[in-house]
Amino acid sequence: MPRYAMVVDTQRCVGCADCVVACKTENNVPDGFCRDWIVQDVTGVFPDLQMEIRSERCNHCENAPCVRSCPTGASYIEEGGIVLVDHDKCTGCKACIAACPYDARYVHPDGYVDKCTFCIHRVKEGLEPACVEVCPTQCLHFGDLADPNSEVSQLLKTRHYHTLIPEAGTEPKIFFLT
Amino acid sequence: MHEITITSGRNMHLIDPYLTIWGWEIPVYLFLGGLVSGILFFSALFFLRGKADQYPTIVYRTPLLAPLFLALGLLALFLDLEYKLHVFRFYTAIRLESPMSWGSWTLAVIFPMSILWALMHLHRVYPQIKLPFRWLNQGIAFLNRHARLFAWILIVYASLLGMYTGILLSAFNARPFWNTAILGPLFLVSGLSTGLALNLLLAKNHQEIQLLSKIDIMAIAVELFLIIHLFMGFLASTQIHIEAAKLFLGGPYTAEFWILVVGLGLIFPGLLEFLEIRGRCIPRQIAASLILFGGLLLRFIVVEAGQYSQWFSW
Repeated sequence: MPRYAMVVDTQRCVGCADCVVACKTENNVPDGFCRDWIVQDVTGVFPDLQMEIRSERCNHCENAPCVRSCPTGASYIEEGGIVLVDHDKCTGCKACIAACPYDARYVHPDGYVDKCTFCIHRVKEGLEPACVEVCPTQCLHFGDLADPNSEVSQLLKTRHYHTLIPEAGTEPKIFFLT
Repeated sequence: MHEITITSGRNMHLIDPYLTIWGWEIPVYLFLGGLVSGILFFSALFFLRGKADQYPTIVYRTPLLAPLFLALGLLALFLDLEYKLHVFRFYTAIRLESPMSWGSWTLAVIFPMSILWALMHLHRVYPQIKLPFRWLNQGIAFLNRHARLFAWILIVYASLLGMYTGILLSAFNARPFWNTAILGPLFLVSGLSTGLALNLLLAKNHQEIQLLSKIDIMAIAVELFLIIHLFMGFLASTQIHIEAAKLFLGGPYTAEFWILVVGLGLIFPGLLEFLEIRGRCIPRQIAASLILFGGLLLRFIVVEAGQYSQWFSW
């Protein structure tokens, strides 16, 4: 069974936000909301500053607190490890939003909770998520961690990387190459 | 320095810059749930101890209000839902990992139980009211024959209700201020205390007032202990939990929490109750109202502060 993951090469990302626009267009994300976003993370003391630019989204956690907190089973893990929301079961109680340490979810104006789906409709057709496809610096990589020869597996073998808030124990599946 | 900035523009409704997903509805429900838990717990307890005639307010009179309060709490919960037509979905799944699922099933049991408990004692408070329908009268007579068993189950469910209101929040690892096991017992004891306060407000005989004041002082002492324990736990924990505690130790919630909740909602009414037991003539309504006010404000502050505390800070 595949274990889909995304690898973000922060050495290549310039923060152009094409991924954000592509996602909004592909998934018809309503005005005022976004499923992915760009973060500039600056550390150090002037003049020795370091900046990491990251394209962030739902981490499709292996140990997803949103799925655990959902009282109706609307939040679930789809085959391939993609965390999804079944709109038909969602009551809009917002427990999953409170449970997500990444603040990756929002309430869609239609009432259900919405988030990144890894463009599962495209993945099922053998395509890459919209954000990955449009990235002009090719800093986004999508693939199957269960396949040791996949591009994402190889990148994680050969490069240093980190995940977001690993101490929360969520086992995120978005990896940031450093 | 460590600075995180979102540069693609992100200001999502209810999410940014910090969560505001739960407004007045959830704290009001948590308060009413705790209050009903306190009312039903002591009603069933003193009923089982055979003190029904000695303490009629606790056992019979106040529980008549419990279904009403619970209905208002459920209405608040319903109003909080973003997808109200799907409310039935809570009852098409049993999710053992989700505290909210536990809570919704607990409510599905305790709400009808609170109505039945009120109907079982209605004739003692209002003998002139006759229940309609033969089947209803037969059903209530049947329950009255098994009232002790019913009361035991009520104690269990009342405790579950009181505890769950805190556990609901403490299960959210993502919100450091909620992520403490103390919230469960704290909300349970606070719920019991508000239940006692409402009884105190409605009680008429001196014996009952004395008893309620005595138990309430104990509840207040336990609450204060738990609050101290809460902050000790945070301060001995990780940096994000220390930051969460700082919201109340010099941060934005400091004044309202320590002055209004702890001072005016716990210590001052506890002192008034103590003086009253000692024979001073102090209107019991003052202490009772302050405890109810403190209980409500505690939930408002805890719900808001939890949403304000987070792992990231952007």
